[in-house]
Amino acid sequence: MSEIYEPVIVGFLCNWCSYRAADLAGTARIKYAPNLRPIRVMCSGRVDPQFVLQAFRSGADGVLIAGCHPGECHYVNGNIKALRRFTLLRKTLEQWGIEQERVQLLWASASEGTILAAAVDRMTEEIRALGPLRWGDKVLKSEDLLHQAVEEA
Amino acid sequence: MTDMKKSPTEQERVGVYVCHCGSNIAGTIDVAEVAKWAEKNPNVVVSREYEFMCSSTGQELIENDIKEKGLTRIVVASCSPHMHEKTFREATERGGLNPFLFEMANIREHGSWATNDKNAATIKAKALVNGAVERVVHHAPLEKIPVSINPNTLIVGGGIAGITAALELAEAGRKVFLVEREGTIGGHMAQIDKTFPTLDCSACILTPKMVDVGQNDNITMLSYSEVESVEGYIGNFNITVRKKARCVIEDLCTSCGICEEKCPQKVVDNDYGAGISTRKAIYRSFPQAVPGYPVLDKENCTYFQTGKCKVCEQVCPTHAIDFEQEDELINFDVGNIILATGYDLFDARKIPQYGYGRLPNVFSSMEFERMVNASGPTSGHIVLRDGETEPKSVAIVHCVGSRDQNYNEYCSKVCCMYSLKFAHLVHEHLPEAEVFNYYIDMRTPGKGYEEFYHRLLNEGTHFIRGRVAEISDANHHADEEGKLVVQAENTLLGIQQRNAVDMVILSAGIQSRHDAEDVSKLFKMGCDYDGFFNERHPKLAPVSTMTDGVFIAGACQGPKDIPDTVAQAGAAASQVAKLISQGTVMMEPVRASIREDECSGCRICNTLCPYGAIEFDAEKEVSRVITALCQGCGTCVAACPSSVIDGAHFTNTQVYAELKGILWDVQEEVIAKQEAI
Repeated sequence: MSEIYEPVIVGFLCNWCSYRAADLAGTARIKYAPNLRPIRVMCSGRVDPQFVLQAFRSGADGVLIAGCHPGECHYVNGNIKALRRFTLLRKTLEQWGIEQERVQLLWASASEGTILAAAVDRMTEEIRALGPLRWGDKVLKSEDLLHQAVEEA
Repeated sequence: MTDMKKSPTEQERVGVYVCHCGSNIAGTIDVAEVAKWAEKNPNVVVSREYEFMCSSTGQELIENDIKEKGLTRIVVASCSPHMHEKTFREATERGGLNPFLFEMANIREHGSWATNDKNAATIKAKALVNGAVERVVHHAPLEKIPVSINPNTLIVGGGIAGITAALELAEAGRKVFLVEREGTIGGHMAQIDKTFPTLDCSACILTPKMVDVGQNDNITMLSYSEVESVEGYIGNFNITVRKKARCVIEDLCTSCGICEEKCPQKVVDNDYGAGISTRKAIYRSFPQAVPGYPVLDKENCTYFQTGKCKVCEQVCPTHAIDFEQEDELINFDVGNIILATGYDLFDARKIPQYGYGRLPNVFSSMEFERMVNASGPTSGHIVLRDGETEPKSVAIVHCVGSRDQNYNEYCSKVCCMYSLKFAHLVHEHLPEAEVFNYYIDMRTPGKGYEEFYHRLLNEGTHFIRGRVAEISDANHHADEEGKLVVQAENTLLGIQQRNAVDMVILSAGIQSRHDAEDVSKLFKMGCDYDGFFNERHPKLAPVSTMTDGVFIAGACQGPKDIPDTVAQAGAAASQVAKLISQGTVMMEPVRASIREDECSGCRICNTLCPYGAIEFDAEKEVSRVITALCQGCGTCVAACPSSVIDGAHFTNTQVYAELKGILWDVQEEVIAKQEAI
């Protein structure tokens, strides 16, 4: 008998929009996948790409970064900075063989509880289909190879 | 603060409090299990569960444990921090700890309410509690930052919102700088003929207030002026205003109006006159303008265009005309800012099938408003574009550019009511004329509004429920000849209808100002998708913005009618008055700081900061955060390549600790796997 695989997703939610969207989803009793574990940051622009890497390294199967819609950022344009970093990070991760579904960026305003909940459900299913991340196999091995190559050179 | 002293190696003593919230949390999450499990964390000294942590008994639990068990950190697992963070910070402080040595785990909104799976909810709750425990250990005591408040206020926009707010503050004895882009204050309300539902004459209720503004010694009115720059932060803004050259020396001008009368150059008045009347090249928008000085419109002035004329200069009895006058930059300090920049009307030309601008007898709502006004070009007579024929039938189209995914999705809120007012005015001026109102839904919430709708039903207006598909001059029958054909689906009868009328009025919706985004950038606050300024909280802080010390009032925040605008303006003024009487405000200490001795001076952070809060010390070659300007977003913290910027209360260490904490159950597996490689 095989158990259903439950991925663990870390969510970096901005204080003003997406964290409140998650609050609203709860208040409105919208049920969604319990796989998201949210961390509050003041702005999606605070999300250092290293946070995402550390999340993967610590066992997360996916990371969701959620901020205010473009033009609605409470810090003028922090979400645009998040978008830039996200785009680069995703490209980098792809080169390590990490599927792009594992790191996602979402815009959810404080009134969009349904959108946030739906995104978590969708992301959970996408990652469930991919299976566990296996960061060790994907990254640490290549890091080892890199170290070896450096040493040999 | 009475922080207990301890050596750096000593462990923190964390108290964990898991709230049942009645059955809101306990009904889904096994709170006893979470509390018992949390106690296993080596930092946790006491872990309790209680029915309502926010109750006074719940808060006392925290206070007593701090005192009796020597706790140094507090974690409450309950609702959202947006709900009760303040409550528990205060309890922590009463217990004798710095309030920032507290962390909240949101196991209600993000936990028990978000799933029915009890087991999963309990695992998630453990993760969130553990994340909070791991994080709070790294919290540092922080002090709120006191900032003094300059008692002067800047108000941008001289419509009814700006006028109201200015008068409220000035009458409370506070100095106000009122900046208006046009030559006169008054705004849209000065253009309007009657106000719904009372049918008060708009000018009759507005102009006395305009005069009050002009005469109030506490108000410095800067008309024909625009804010050029805004520096500083709450309590301490430095403002530069460009006072555009109106070519009239204000000290000499007596507002006699002779220049205006004698000016040979007629210009179509597209602003105040909505394009259906003319003004002169030197003009006041209307006779009751405040201030009464005219403005010389250089683009249309014969002298400025051809070098000859100067009639105004010759006729001016006080020699107040100055063709050489230049823009003036005025600098002053204020403590607070109220933005009351108003709205633009939707341009009906954007809907080509309605024919505005192509079919002469299709009028915009503002054109009709000016036409029906006794001081308008036709002295209040309703006539077709030829200037003499009275229409025998008038169609009024609601929701033009509103509630339409192609244009603006939102409801403009005022159009139903002003369309009803138009219908009434047509009945009043032309009792023989038939009036057809095409509406999608009749939206008349407001005191006396529904009653006004009923009045119109009795006045014989034809109400047709359906969005108009097309307005054309293509006639199918003899009786349609020379008329405008309004095509719509009558959704109550379920039929397509053609209706030939003489005149069509398009009730255009409210839009944000075309330059709202620039204004929001200037004042460093946010706009929503539609360009309306974002309020801090849609329900509980409707006139505050995310930028402390900047408030909003009126239609710049979203479509609204005059009563709502006036109410908001009063609310904004009282928010400002509150801050002024407080004298100082305490700001959240969530701020970035740079460890200067480690800063490489790369300056990456300098341009990233949306508030210009990072300055570069060229001498030392390091960057420095101006704490009072910093809003604490943390984008510089994330970007610093040397990791030498600390975001107080959201430090890297704190976030990494929380991350490690919430991944408690998968962490071990991963480490085991990683070691196996």
